[in-house]
Order: sequence, then C-alpha cells, then structure tokens
Amino acid sequence: MRATAQPPAPLLFAVTLVVALFMVVPILVSVMAGLVVNYSSGLKSGLTLRWLAQVWETYGDTVAASLLIAAGSVFATVVLGVPCAYMLARNRSRAARAFEEVLTLPVAVPGLATALALILVYGQMASFRQSFAFILVGHIVFTLPFMVRTVSAAFERGDLVALEEAARTLGASFPQRFLGVLVPAVFPAIVAGCLMVFTLSIGEFNLTWMLRTPLTRTLPVGLADSYASMRIEVGSAYTLVFLAVVLPALWALQTLAAAMQKRYGT
Amino acid sequence: MELERTRIEIVDCAKTYADGTRGLKPTTLTVEPGEVLALLGPSGCGKTTLLRLLAGLEAADPGGRILFGDQDVTARPVEKRNVGMVFQSYALFPQMTVEANIGYGLKVRGVAEAERRRAVGELVDLVRLNGLESKRPAELSGGQRQRVALARAVAVRPRVLLLDEPLAALDAKLKESLRDELAELLRRLGITAVHVTHDQHEAFAIADRLAVMHGGSIVQVGRAETLYRAPTHAFVADFLGRVNRLERDADALARGVVKIGGVEWSCPSRSSDGGVLVRPEDVQLGPHRPDWALATVRHRTFLGERIHLRVEADGQSSLLADVPPDSPFRVGDTVGVWVAPERLIAAMETDA
Repeated sequence: MRATAQPPAPLLFAVTLVVALFMVVPILVSVMAGLVVNYSSGLKSGLTLRWLAQVWETYGDTVAASLLIAAGSVFATVVLGVPCAYMLARNRSRAARAFEEVLTLPVAVPGLATALALILVYGQMASFRQSFAFILVGHIVFTLPFMVRTVSAAFERGDLVALEEAARTLGASFPQRFLGVLVPAVFPAIVAGCLMVFTLSIGEFNLTWMLRTPLTRTLPVGLADSYASMRIEVGSAYTLVFLAVVLPALWALQTLAAAMQKRYGT
Repeated sequence: MELERTRIEIVDCAKTYADGTRGLKPTTLTVEPGEVLALLGPSGCGKTTLLRLLAGLEAADPGGRILFGDQDVTARPVEKRNVGMVFQSYALFPQMTVEANIGYGLKVRGVAEAERRRAVGELVDLVRLNGLESKRPAELSGGQRQRVALARAVAVRPRVLLLDEPLAALDAKLKESLRDELAELLRRLGITAVHVTHDQHEAFAIADRLAVMHGGSIVQVGRAETLYRAPTHAFVADFLGRVNRLERDADALARGVVKIGGVEWSCPSRSSDGGVLVRPEDVQLGPHRPDWALATVRHRTFLGERIHLRVEADGQSSLLADVPPDSPFRVGDTVGVWVAPERLIAAMETDA
C-alpha cells in the first residue's frame, strides 16, 4: 500500500539524499576508476574498456565458478535446510535447541576459523581439497543457518500447524502433506532464504580465501588478488564485473520473491 | 449428498498432557447416529481437547476408548480415522484454489480426476460457491471460507464431522446468519457431528443436544431447552444465560422455602445445596399482591426490545428482571415481584 498524499519534508529528503550519496558515491567512483585510462589523472585521461578486457581474460572463469557455487549452495541449503527447519520448528526439545545453536555457529565464528577446521579435517583428501566442491561445502556450512532460520520461522506459525492438521484429517501421509501443503505454504520464506543464501555465497570472501587453491577461485577472491597484485584500474574494473554479474541475478531473484509474496500472501 | 450416520461412543477418555496438566477428566459420552452434539464451555474447559481426541490429533490416556459405530478407532492415527474437521481458522491451503482445497482429500486418496471433479462440483453446488471455484482463499470472504472448509471436510465422506468453533472467526452479524445456514446444511448432510463452541446461542441454533463442560469434565448433557430450564448445576444455568441467585439461610433451607421481600415461596422439591436460581425473564413485576414480594427498583436499563430492571427486596441481594419495553416502572418505584414456582431452579454448585 503506497501513501498517496504525503506533506513534503525537505529536511528528511536532504538527510536521505546525503546518506544515499555517502553510500553510492564510492561505488560510482570505483566503477569510474575501472573505465578510465589512468585513475590518477581521472576522466581527462579518457575512457577505455582495456581493463575490463584484461579482467575478463585473467579472471573470467571466476564468474562462472561463483555463480555455480552460489547456485549449488542454494540447492543444497534447500534440500538440507527445509526438512531441518521443519524438524526444528516442530521439536521443542532441548536437544533441538542445542542443535540450532550449533548450526548457527559458523555465522558467529570467523570464516577463517571455519575454513581452518575444514582444512584440518579434509585437507588430506587431495582431490576433494583441490576441487570446487571443497569451497561449496564451506559455503553450505556458512549459509545453511540463514535458510534454516528463515524457513523454520515460517513453519512455526500457528496457521501452519493448523494446515498440517487439516491435511492429516483429510488422510494425507507425511510426504503428501510435507510436499503438497507445507512446502508450498512456506514457499515465500524458502524463496527469501534462497535470495539470502545466493547473496551471501556470491559475496563470501574470508572463508573462501582460506579454502581456495590457485585453480579454484571465486569472484571475491579474484577481486582480492587483482587489488593486491595489479593496477588500481584493473581492480576497479573487476568491481564493475562483479556488479554486472551480481546485480541482475539479485534483481531476478528479488522479482521472483516479490511475485511469490503477491501470489501466496494472505 | 447423504453421508453415513455413525454412532460415536467415548468411553472413559481422559487426557493428561506431557507437562502433567489434566486437559480432560475421564469422560464417557455417546453421540447418536446423525445427531449434532455441541460441546459447550468456557476456554480451558476441555471441549477442544475432547474434539481433538475424537479426531485422533491427540491420543487419550491409556484406558480410554473411542468407537465409531462398532469399530474401535482408539488406536487409529488421524490419517486413517476418516473424520472431517472444520478448524477455527479454517486452515485452508493458501496456495490452492477453492476447487483444489475441496478436492484435496480425494486427491491424496488417489481418486481419479474425473470422479474428483464430479464430487467437487456437487459440493460446490451444495455450499453455493459456484463461480468461485478457481479463487484462492485469500480472495474469499469469511463466510465463503467457512463454506470451503466445510465442503473440504465432507468431501472425503467422513464417518463423523468435527467442527472446532466454526463461526468464531466471523463478525457478529455474519455469525448469526451463518449459524442457521450451517445448522441447515448439517441436517441436509445427515452426518453425525460434534461441534465445539463457547457461544451458547451458536450451540442452541446448531446442535440437537448440548454437553456443557467445565474444568475438564462434562457437567450436563441434554437438549437446549432442558439445560436452560432445568440445569442441574449453577454453572450450567449461568453459562447458558443470565441468572439470579436467591440466597437461603439454614432455616429457609430446612423448611424448603425462599424468603424474599416479606413473603416465603416454596421451593422446587429437587434437592439443592443452597441457593435457588431464577432467570431474569421469569421475574414478573406488577402492583403488589398477596404472595408477591415487595421490592424497590434501583436501576433501569433500556435496551430497545427489552428493559432490564434491577430491583431490591428484603432478605435478598438485588435481582435482575427482564421485562417488556412497555413496563411502566421507574427507578425508586415500589413493585411487587413474582416468580412462578416452576420457574425456580434448584441447582447444585458446580464442584460436584
């Protein structure tokens, strides 16, 4: 519902503008830096796509890797997280609460520590260690609690309990009511969880930085490499690539989530 | 659509929750085939617990038995009990259309598409939802949702129908028109139904018999008129409508009379452990005559179709009289008070 006639509030507008600029300007400057020939002389040096091309050549493969890992994280957190969320929502025992805490740990513990733990345990399994699957596992460990929390909050709602009971009185077996009634009823929450997991996975750096190998890199890790080892224009061009990849994906997911809310909202 | 008429027998069913609270004391109750029985009581009286035991959503404590016809269903899980249930919130599946909601039970039973369509069509006609088949629950009014919930519950041809506060989610005006409609629909289906409510008018309008519950047990079972006119417990009298309580001292008790406003009325013979009850509409007011108690009007409330007068008589606390709107009495007037002997209710206190 949008308010139609609001009195003008110049001060509020000014504050909003300043805050928005404060946040947007660095991004714009960074994008600009990736498109100019020489950052220190600014726009005067002229515009070029040279840096972008260089980034694409050196790090182009990280785009696909990041998108695949994000998609893999979304898939895995849905398959693992939705049943887990249901279990946590229906089981109020102390063990279930403890499990929920443990599940949330990777959010609180620095990614470096999580990564170190994974390396300690699986570091010797060379083919696993050297594959993207290793990074994917790290991302799943990190993103799973976000999916579980979001979806279990939806499962806990009283109307969901009643929906399940209604399906039971109508003779629906557990698989029938879980897939046919409950999952569709919490679908907006699952979409919201996917959006969150996808975003977190695409941007994840510190855990990934520990888990990567020279042959398994993601977008943010490549970004760090380029910042550390190349001209500032190349690093900035990389930011541009990052935005070009992430923004359309986020917009698409957000549109989907909004459509879901509209369709299922009650 | 004619449905099976099943006798329900509840034998010694109690429910103790995991935390030790007693939701229901051992209860025995029979619902006749095709009968609509209301479980009536305030919140926490155990009515919903009893309904959930019938549905199989809760398991009764060991020793209790539930029979549908001559089949013992105590150990049957809810999915296999073949009950239809209408929930307070209706619990309609939000992502499904009206049609899909009504047909859900048939679908999970593997009924063929064509047969399902025919059955759903018949139900849509029955509950008059024609034209709304492809709407989602969010697009329906409260009354329409209630009808979808009912149609969905009876679509699977259940052995018994359970209604948990089916009208509580509606506003007062709608409630009144829908309760007659629901009563009529239940009669047409002919199904044995158990209806939980805290609203006595709803129970009167819908049920053939009422079971009034209090503190986890059934206090009295009977037809509406019987319960209203001859409640065995003060709680029942009080729950079914306004009631005045006439106090009796030891002497009055011993002689079987009520002392009021300078006269003595003889009490009903039924044993009573103290007070005598009288409904406000049974309190007659008029000029003072012999045998009529003398009282003073203390308060007058005009309600449109009725007037409530609060009168005070010697020996009793104040008495509420419900009189027609043409009653001439005003605050301060002295009036004669009369209650026909058969209208005096001798009821037990509830903690029996």
